Amino acid sequence: MTEWRPPFALVGAWLGLLVLLALTVTLAYVPLGAANAVVALGIGTIKAGLVAAIFMELRHRSGLTLIFAGAGLFWLGILLWLGSMDFLTRT
Amino acid sequence: MPESSAFAPQYASVPHRDHTAELGMWVFIATEVLLFGGLILAYLVYRHAFPQGFAAGSRHTKIVIGTTNTAVLLTSSFLVAWAVEIFSPATTKIVTWLLVGAACLGLVFIVLKGIEYGKEYDEHLVPGIDFQFAGPKANGVQLFFVFYFVATAIHALHMLIGVCLLITLAIICRRAPTTRHHAALHSAALYWHFVDVVWIFLFALIYLPGRSSS
Repeated sequence: MTEWRPPFALVGAWLGLLVLLALTVTLAYVPLGAANAVVALGIGTIKAGLVAAIFMELRHRSGLTLIFAGAGLFWLGILLWLGSMDFLTRT
Repeated sequence: MPESSAFAPQYASVPHRDHTAELGMWVFIATEVLLFGGLILAYLVYRHAFPQGFAAGSRHTKIVIGTTNTAVLLTSSFLVAWAVEIFSPATTKIVTWLLVGAACLGLVFIVLKGIEYGKEYDEHLVPGIDFQFAGPKANGVQLFFVFYFVATAIHALHMLIGVCLLITLAIICRRAPTTRHHAALHSAALYWHFVDVVWIFLFALIYLPGRSSS
């Protein structure tokens, strides 16, 4: 009769995501200067990592699936890196 | 779980077919990453050019609605992941209800988003329709709200498509589920989780900047 219960990892990820959400909203009201943006995007990245690893089951995958899943991120990295280089370094 | 007997000749086996479906979904998600990536690049460029305007615009967004919507979306993702995990002929009823629950949370998200759009319209914050903002930051605030409406509208469209997918799968899974349906549910779940990830970043970029200053 336990087959309908959600696995512990899923419940943990869900509660962890809600805690991280509360944390990121709270920290947004703490004056940290330029670090506010870093904290917001850092926590966002951790949340996205939790969703990808546990909800999207990437922690159980290997090889080809990880390459396919990582390809989008790789292209996004090139887009954001080369796209932002000029205006971030312009004096 | 019963396997559907037939699979197309290019596949060696049922697991091969399902693995290929999963890879195909990841290719589609990569194209979606680049769609939202272009939006985020535009955001970074304009936020760099108008930091004060973006902070001021951000403070005019409704953080209570935004935070509630994030929690709603994370919970719906949890329900979908749960449904994928327990999917079997013995659990069709609960899988159906989990998917219906997730779809309902998706609708809650869209309704709250609509209420938020209404409030922004009342405050004259919709560029191109009714935008009035006094002071030197007006240009930056207007650019912020252009990004805000384009990005959230494209995201909401993805939500609507996702809700339709979840409802369709809930109907299919109520009948005799096979491995083929499990693969379909898994693909739809990947899409739903991806839309959730996009919102996680939109939330950080739209609602959080400028909150610690006034």
